Amino acid sequence: MIVVDRVSKYYGRNAAVRDLDFRIEEGECVGFLGLNGAGKSTTLRLLSCLLLPTSGRVTIRGFDVEEQPHEIRKLIGYLPDEPPLYPEMRVEEFLRFAGKLRRMDAEKLAARLPKVMAQTGLEQVRDQTIGTLSHGYQQRVGIAQAIVHEPALLILDEPIQGLDPVQIVEMRALIRSLRGEHTILLSSHILSEIEQTCDRILMLHDGRIVAQGTEDELIHGAAEGPAGYREALSAHWVELEVRGDEPDVRAALALEGVEIVELTRGSGDVLRVKVKSVTEARELIASRVVQAGLGLRGLKRTTSALEDVFVRLSQGESEEEEVRA
Amino acid sequence: MSNVGLIIKRELGSYLRTPSGYFIAAGVLLLDGLLFNAFALGEEPQLSSDVLRIFFYWAGIVTMLGGVVFSMRLLAEERWTGTDVLLFTSPIREGEVVLGKYLSALIFLTALTLLSLYLPALIFVNGKVSWGHIGAGYLGMVLLGATTLAVGTFASALTKNPFLAVLLSGLFVGLLELCWPLGQIAEPPLTEVLSYVALHTKHFSPFQRGLLQLSDVVFYLGMIYLSLLAATKVLASQRWR
Repeated sequence: MIVVDRVSKYYGRNAAVRDLDFRIEEGECVGFLGLNGAGKSTTLRLLSCLLLPTSGRVTIRGFDVEEQPHEIRKLIGYLPDEPPLYPEMRVEEFLRFAGKLRRMDAEKLAARLPKVMAQTGLEQVRDQTIGTLSHGYQQRVGIAQAIVHEPALLILDEPIQGLDPVQIVEMRALIRSLRGEHTILLSSHILSEIEQTCDRILMLHDGRIVAQGTEDELIHGAAEGPAGYREALSAHWVELEVRGDEPDVRAALALEGVEIVELTRGSGDVLRVKVKSVTEARELIASRVVQAGLGLRGLKRTTSALEDVFVRLSQGESEEEEVRA
Repeated sequence: MSNVGLIIKRELGSYLRTPSGYFIAAGVLLLDGLLFNAFALGEEPQLSSDVLRIFFYWAGIVTMLGGVVFSMRLLAEERWTGTDVLLFTSPIREGEVVLGKYLSALIFLTALTLLSLYLPALIFVNGKVSWGHIGAGYLGMVLLGATTLAVGTFASALTKNPFLAVLLSGLFVGLLELCWPLGQIAEPPLTEVLSYVALHTKHFSPFQRGLLQLSDVVFYLGMIYLSLLAATKVLASQRWR
């Protein structure tokens, strides 16, 4: 559906994104992950026809963003990081306006509006002025305007930004409910957000894609990415809770191919240890800890493995650049 | 409804629901009234046609000021609040956005201008003027306001800061008007060229006196077209930035 072919975007001499090269298939839910300033929003704005690439080519369903933006705009629904809302309008009135802007006829719009408001949980506030709604509800209105015309491609830039924990859970459920109806592109600097909602992840750092693949592929190293990241990607990540002294724990885990990445003190004499290993080593680690007479309180493959990979990739890229400089 | 009509409807609704529309309306009408009382009526007895001419002179300036202030409500505000994204990710052309925003402001400014009709009507209490004079004066004011608004639309396309848009709009309109005194001291052919672009002094004067000249109408329409075209091109070029 989307083909991005060696796309760069420069602002003066500064590259916002460089040599982006990826494809997204119909129906996929893809997350763009990166730190602030990594180039996520620029990428999404390029795909939304709000920006034109300095070089390279972007096509969506065969339409070129440069030559046929009008055709592409018929296909997309876009929610920027700040929802584009007119605060003086009422919710239903605004959604009707958004639908008409997207060339929906009155009959189709009348049938669609109740469904969209039900889907986004806006029925109770349909007659309320947008400016009086909470941030969470405004974000819902933002999503509703993006889906009102049933676009083939839904682009959501940082959809959970500024939401409280309850609103985040609700927003996540809402985005999940939209899967299957649209191809979804989602950006976030929060990994758990991407992990929980997307099929595939594109990691961006400093305007470049540093890795891409499914969550599993990224953790286990099968993902596409520069050669230098293979090792980091293929690592196995384990989190331990061990009762004992730090030197004893370090000694017990001094194994070939195993590296202690982080060691922090928890409650009492319990230590929290994050370990990276080249191969699957959970059993070996457990037995070494027990043999050393330490108390093994817990051991799990870390759920934030991808976060470690993400942080390492980001850091690795920066360090590499410093060395180059 | 066309895209332009859709934007006009939304914008007019917004003018009526937000304080800024009422503030501008109140400011324009208050100034019209004060200036009519201070200069048109004056202290000395005057011919009714002179009272009307002086009223149009000052009301024309107030309309221009109103047009300049409206610049903030045009494209700049849309970009400032981020709602331009909704428009520019929809299948709608830049020209339609410009025209919709412009026409909605023009409708509001025209309605506002017509609300001052009670002032020239007061002349009938103690005098008599022709309805033709009043009609020509108001047509001139609408054209002057429409031209100022078009220049303001262009200024508003250049920046996302609404206050900067007002300043730029004021600067452009002021520069065009400044061309009149410059034209008076310049050598030919600059004299004619500079004098020709003065929005108020050159082209509005005949309307003040109740004269309707095709050349002035053509000038205003030409300025409107060029300004709106430039605003559209500026908006379209923003995708490249």
